[in-house]
Amino acid sequence: MKIVVCMKQTPDTEATIKLTADKQGIEEQNIKWVMNPYDEYAVEQALKLKEKHGGETVIVCMGPDRVTEAMRTALAMGIDKGVHLKDPAFAHSDATGTAKALAAAIKPLGPDLILCGRQAIDWDMAQVPMILAELLNLPHVHQVAKMEMAADAQSAVCNRRIEGGEELIEVKLPAVLTCDKGLNEPRYASLPGIMKAKKKEIKAFTLADSGLSANDVGKAASKVQILEYMPLPDRPPGKVFKEQETEVMVKQVVKLLREEAKII
Amino acid sequence: MASGVMIFAEQREGKFRKIAFELLNIGKQLAGQIGGPLSAVVVGKGVEGLAASLGKFGAEKIFVVDGDLFANYSSEGYAAAVAAAVKQADPAILLTGSSTMGKDLSPRVCAKLATGLSSDCTKLEVQNGKLIAMRPVYSGKCYVKTQVPGTFPQMAAVRPNAYAVAAEGGGSGQVVKVDPGIGPDSLRAKIKEVIKSAAGKVDLTEANVIVSGGRGMKAAENFKILAELADVVGATVGASRAAVDSGYATLDMQVGQTGKVVNPNLYIACGISGAIQHLAGMRTSKVIVAVNKDADAPIFQKADYGIVDDLFKVVPIMTQEFKKLLAE
Repeated sequence: MKIVVCMKQTPDTEATIKLTADKQGIEEQNIKWVMNPYDEYAVEQALKLKEKHGGETVIVCMGPDRVTEAMRTALAMGIDKGVHLKDPAFAHSDATGTAKALAAAIKPLGPDLILCGRQAIDWDMAQVPMILAELLNLPHVHQVAKMEMAADAQSAVCNRRIEGGEELIEVKLPAVLTCDKGLNEPRYASLPGIMKAKKKEIKAFTLADSGLSANDVGKAASKVQILEYMPLPDRPPGKVFKEQETEVMVKQVVKLLREEAKII
Repeated sequence: MASGVMIFAEQREGKFRKIAFELLNIGKQLAGQIGGPLSAVVVGKGVEGLAASLGKFGAEKIFVVDGDLFANYSSEGYAAAVAAAVKQADPAILLTGSSTMGKDLSPRVCAKLATGLSSDCTKLEVQNGKLIAMRPVYSGKCYVKTQVPGTFPQMAAVRPNAYAVAAEGGGSGQVVKVDPGIGPDSLRAKIKEVIKSAAGKVDLTEANVIVSGGRGMKAAENFKILAELADVVGATVGASRAAVDSGYATLDMQVGQTGKVVNPNLYIACGISGAIQHLAGMRTSKVIVAVNKDADAPIFQKADYGIVDDLFKVVPIMTQEFKKLLAE
């Protein structure tokens, strides 16, 4: 089977985020970039499925040159090859623009399965996979925490956590699945894997290759427009009690919760 | 000309979720600002009567998609249903919840309607006739303000607990039936089974009060003291990733970046150091109380109230104090 994994490179969770002076973005220097953590589950799932069912795995990623580093990580984990959506015209696309570009790159690959992370931890929008599914006219299952492929590999049963329980969803393939924590334990790249990854193909895919126009992708085509980034509102310093009798401190906090915060 | 606000009124098993009433509240405010009616869309099987009840909560028109095909949630069926209702009502703004269902549904609807969507919004307002959405980004380290400048409806998915529920009044809404015109073949992803966890517990994402435990809990059985505190204040028990990874708590209890994003009125963090991944999941809590014996734990910088002491001493006393207070 042919499995496509969509990946995004995001700032490391620990990265300090500084806004640019015009408040239109974040300062990108000094940021450590990593593979979006949820996408690691997608990569791992693709590798597991290939081990069982055979076939080919492809990582697809949009972004500037720096993203090839995260793509190499996926290749080192064992993904067969990469497609890099690389064109200044793609920059600052919103979810719809990104999904359109991804759809154009993925469609000719004819995948049986498209795996994504549940969300990217930079913007946390969790939109691209579902928009991609709609554009490709495929079903999707979001937040897959467990997956069982049917023997004929024509369908799968996926578990996803919902409020107060779990849903078991049967989905016909091809489909788009977004991977959640708990689905698997992503492997680390081995040293031979890292060596092999250097020779694996990463093919560039440009706006011209996509058959799209500047009206489909990029900042000007965005249906969601960023007005500004804002720092966190200041939180007044809290009242911290220490070095007193436990009971005294607890009584004060409970009293404040009622009288000051008016929450209990 | 698109006008007014439509909300997706989420129901499961013939009961509206709390988020539906929260959306009616903010939807009414936004309708007042942008002009036009407040409407709701209800999708399900045998939900017409239920749908009509939304009139009392401010919905002037209630669009209902009812049928066997919609008995269970399905992304394809519900997206087609909501898109059909939107085409009929032509709202300027469409709101869904950022619940599990809303998150699954809204991007698909957005793509069908070729418009723009802001997810997981914590604040909405209308400026110059446009919906302005505020939402946290980069693990809650900053916020971003967005708008949908050129297409309708302007869509937003709203984080549960960001707004209070709509008050019940004496209004009545007009029920309008909608047929999205799809057949069983259009559903390629279908619910086979729903497994319910322990009944009666409010999910973390919807909880008003959360008592959470971290690595400092030291063992799974110690979560019992948090459960006792939670029972007294009507809270749901959560956990940090450290507690889940140590096997003290289950994955569905995890609050944080790779767990659940919560938005309660009161968050009581016990033995949680306050790693950035945890803060990402609970930062928007209205009031944060931290209990930790390490005075340098970063959680104290985010807490409104803190107690530097052993949680095993603090929690039982807190339970007793709340009990006394609530009995008054």
